[in-house]
Amino acid sequence: MKRKLLKSLIMHQPEEDSLSDQSVNHMVVAASTGNLASVREFVAARARDHGFGQIDTEEIRLAVDEAMTNVIKHAYGYDDSKKIYISVGSDADSFWVAIQDNGHAFDIAAYKTPDVPERVKQRKKGGVGVYLIKRLMDKVEYSTQNEHNEIKMIKKL
Amino acid sequence: MSNFDIRSRQKESVEILDLSGELDAHTAPDLEKEITTLIDAGKYNIIVNFTSLEYISSAGLGVFMAYIEELRELGGDIKLTNMKEGVYNVFDLLGFPTLYDIMDDEAEAVKKFNNASA
Repeated sequence: MKRKLLKSLIMHQPEEDSLSDQSVNHMVVAASTGNLASVREFVAARARDHGFGQIDTEEIRLAVDEAMTNVIKHAYGYDDSKKIYISVGSDADSFWVAIQDNGHAFDIAAYKTPDVPERVKQRKKGGVGVYLIKRLMDKVEYSTQNEHNEIKMIKKL
Repeated sequence: MSNFDIRSRQKESVEILDLSGELDAHTAPDLEKEITTLIDAGKYNIIVNFTSLEYISSAGLGVFMAYIEELRELGGDIKLTNMKEGVYNVFDLLGFPTLYDIMDDEAEAVKKFNNASA
């Protein structure tokens, strides 16, 4: 099921997708930080189309950035020959963004809320992305199946 | 292609970095390089002016997380000024206002540096 979805994602380019409501929109990009801005814009445009105001749209934009940055950094270790699959969908009262990769799975069970003052003391450069995603979105789901990882982030209208 | 820029200038004994555009994992290394260059040159009083910064992700915040302790140990500081509301909200979500000197206005931050060294 998941494999079939990924296959269909590869064949789609975002500009070919319909922008009609109730639809799923896809984007496939190389796992490069240089693609963060275009993915943010792609998702933000759909959030606006869905009826979100500026604050919610900015929250969705940031959550997507954090999730994609984590894939680039942790799932793929900055290997930009790898691909990231982004899909956006909605129904009457909620909007979701799913980001998929084929890299190292994120272990949500081992996740601990970061102690920001302690991280600053230790001169750590970040490590707060997942925390932000959880704060910004209404629901976050992680799944791994057949070596495909997915984070699905949901926001209610 | 990258929509991010840093300009540096000096006001009295303070180094000021003007950020513009979008600060994310792609552009954060530019900011990090700028800050480490200042530290290497012995310039420890730094103001980062956010007037024209439209967007920040945690990769941008990470740069401030990584260098503030070192600068304070060296007798300096990084003060952050003139943030737009959306950018401030990201700092606020992570509790930065209690860890960093975030000020409305650059002139106020310059004055605070000068008073501290007087």
